[in-house]
Amino acid sequence: MKEQLQKDFENTIRNLSLSQKDIEIKKFSLDNFINKGFPNRREEDWKFSDLNQIINNNIGELSFYNDYTSTNKVDTSVFVDGLEHNKIVFINGRIEKIDFDYEKKDQIEIIDQSEIINKFENNNSLSDLNSAFTNKSFKIVVKKGYQLSKPLIIYHTTNSKIWSKNINLRLDFDLQEDSGLRLVDLFNDTSEKNFLNIFYNFNLNENAILKNYKIDKIENKNIKYSFNNIEQNKNTISETFILSSGSNFFKSEVNCNLKGEHSSAFVNGIFSLDKNKHHEIRTTVNHLTENTKSYQLIKSVLEDSSKAAYQGKIFVNSDAQKTDGYQLSKAILLNKDSEFNAKPELEIYADDVKCSHGSASGSLNEDSIFYLMSRGLNYNQARELLINGFLLDVVEKITDSEIKNLIKNMIGIKE
Amino acid sequence: MENRQKEIDKLKDYKYGFSTDIENTRAPKGLNEDVIKFISNIKKEPQWMLDFRLKAFERFKQLEEPDWQKPKYPKIDYQDLYYYSAPKSMDDKPKSLDDLDPKLLETYKKLGIPLQEQARLNGIAVDAVFDSVSVATTFREELIKQGIIFCPISEAIQKHPDLVKKYLGSVIPLTDHFFATLNSAVFTDGSFVYIPEGVRCPMELSTYFRINASNTGQFERTLIIADKRSYVSYLEGCTAPMRDENQLHAANVELVALDDAEIKYSTVQNWYPGDKDGKGGIYNFVTKRGLCKGKNSKISWTQVETGSAITWKYPSCILKGDNSVGEFYSIAITNNHQKADTGTKMIHLGKNTKSKIISKGISAGFSDMTYRGLVDISSKASNSNNYTQCDSLLMGNKCGAHTVPYIKNKNSESNIAHEATTSKISEEQLHYCQQRGLSAEEAVGLIVNGFCKEVLQQLPMEFAVEAQKLVGISLEGSVG
Repeated sequence: MKEQLQKDFENTIRNLSLSQKDIEIKKFSLDNFINKGFPNRREEDWKFSDLNQIINNNIGELSFYNDYTSTNKVDTSVFVDGLEHNKIVFINGRIEKIDFDYEKKDQIEIIDQSEIINKFENNNSLSDLNSAFTNKSFKIVVKKGYQLSKPLIIYHTTNSKIWSKNINLRLDFDLQEDSGLRLVDLFNDTSEKNFLNIFYNFNLNENAILKNYKIDKIENKNIKYSFNNIEQNKNTISETFILSSGSNFFKSEVNCNLKGEHSSAFVNGIFSLDKNKHHEIRTTVNHLTENTKSYQLIKSVLEDSSKAAYQGKIFVNSDAQKTDGYQLSKAILLNKDSEFNAKPELEIYADDVKCSHGSASGSLNEDSIFYLMSRGLNYNQARELLINGFLLDVVEKITDSEIKNLIKNMIGIKE
Repeated sequence: MENRQKEIDKLKDYKYGFSTDIENTRAPKGLNEDVIKFISNIKKEPQWMLDFRLKAFERFKQLEEPDWQKPKYPKIDYQDLYYYSAPKSMDDKPKSLDDLDPKLLETYKKLGIPLQEQARLNGIAVDAVFDSVSVATTFREELIKQGIIFCPISEAIQKHPDLVKKYLGSVIPLTDHFFATLNSAVFTDGSFVYIPEGVRCPMELSTYFRINASNTGQFERTLIIADKRSYVSYLEGCTAPMRDENQLHAANVELVALDDAEIKYSTVQNWYPGDKDGKGGIYNFVTKRGLCKGKNSKISWTQVETGSAITWKYPSCILKGDNSVGEFYSIAITNNHQKADTGTKMIHLGKNTKSKIISKGISAGFSDMTYRGLVDISSKASNSNNYTQCDSLLMGNKCGAHTVPYIKNKNSESNIAHEATTSKISEEQLHYCQQRGLSAEEAVGLIVNGFCKEVLQQLPMEFAVEAQKLVGISLEGSVG
């Protein structure tokens, strides 16, 4: 892999106009990645999902060079109907379209910062891989006091032109004081056997509100990793919802740093898996000051020989008195080959806190099935009703009604 | 005079902190084949036992010391330890308690464990382990009548080699982790219990561990076998003198429960925890593992952990037999600079297996406490259940309480439920108690005892009273 990496790296930087210093930084990241390789199960955070093995088994040899010189045609049929929205379109990792038609032009600034390579506060080797190979990186600034009137949907589209490729994306969001952003990540793949490595960084200034919805629904054979870092100042709110379902492997990581008083973070997620899919959500919420709040709810429904893992960590440092932290994960195993692993972790250094977590996994409640069948439903209907109800609980946590409906339609939950 | 006063002051904090001035026989310092041969020789062990030790030592040389645990400690120099230390008077084994060195008897008397049987009314058979040897085992005749074997393991190796050969290392194999393998190579003494088929042990069996000599590691090994349809309740207590250096205690405890048998294992661990600034104290790195080998068997661990500078142990149950049950009840209290990383593992292999984990952690002062646990339901363990509850109580914002559960469910017909909370003592409760005339410290003691009640109830009566007092003492000075 080493030669491949070095060769692809040379090709990648040849197409970029970088200063010598930036090349140095990228090279440094590359060397780090070469040293560490893909994360494997010997690393505590990857205990339940050995990425190195997964890539070897599903893809084999990856190539890291992407030719971004020619444009791709934007297929408008993938756009979400019936919901006016702003768009950013990635096709095979290349930005094809940025469209903020519904917003005031002077309130949103898009800065091309391909030349600024920020280190990510994440000690796994994928951030190094990302730093070494991202070729375009934008910073989107929402100006003070401005709330986007329409949601922003980022389309992550891949098509059959790519095969065994590694795609690295990076976006930076700066939400200035009193601003608001609703962001939907929509994964839409018709390609196979690629590895997407996505890093987002959000900076929330005072009173800002971020809502991020990640929707991985469309069946595909890709392997994905997404990392959200959310820095939260005073009175900010972040809401993250993850629908983890379509890809062969998907690991979503969310890291929230609650740095300002009265800031709060919500992370909710659904695993709805079948076949031999393997998904993971890992969250870290760092309560760093007084009076902060976090809430996490993860529910899984696992069919066939699918596998889900949830690692959630609540960290409370000694200054963070009056913290309120909550974490709940529940799983229904529908097949004898399915598997659910959880590691809900609390690390607490302050005494005046309210922190709790719960985790439960098991089969569908036979009593409930019996009850429904005695009322005239057949087995499959009863089962579906129970599963829908189980998942609806999480969907109902979505605070934005437009997107809540969009997601309900997508997973076919009827009320 | 001044020194004496200092000594007395020190002992106020930890009343078991005295040391006994007694002549010792020691193995040469360091860890090598010769030392292992020395230990084996002094114990007059058969060849197979020496082979077992040497094999473990071979393996040990290839292992690396683990470092994933939360409490970090300075590197231990394994060559700078004595692996065997015994009172000289034990060189020629005393035939009866009357021949026992009076100094030893005095020591145990001070610890509240009178060994002379006539002084004993509470009907608990005790095996007293002093540094590396077992010095006395009481009530043996009575037990032998029922066919129960309760003796030092070194004696069992000679008198019951078949049983020892069959079960030693069957739960904690030679190839286990670093400290367990070290123990397999150099273990010195400990208790051996065999309960024959259909026998319900009429009294509590108990081992009392005492580390006395300085610079010595204590490596004891306990093996308990409960044959079909038998029952035994076993208690373990430990103390050590106050010394400025850290001492290592790396024991292995193996339990085997056959069909329909039940073992109840209770520990009150009160090793010297170090002084207020975290100097000295015992490193308690213990491997405890129970195997529910037969169907309908049950193993229950109860522990009250108040001592040690660092406690690092996970008493575990392997639920291999169908319908077997594993239980774990724990109270861990850390104060001052103590650190604990403890919890349990419940490995469900058989069908219809059940496990229950109740863990209560209390941290005060500058201490750090971690509950780390694993519940693993394998794909064959249909219809199994686990319930886990871990609660932590924090006193002050200089200490930490952490919960790290690993939950693995590979069986769709099995259920796992886990809950954990972290909180502090509520002001209202404190206020209520103080209003009724309790001092702040008494109030905290009362509330903490209430918090731990679920676990304390699991202890045999005599122990429960002592443990309750211990809970109060351990938290002294942590209020206000």
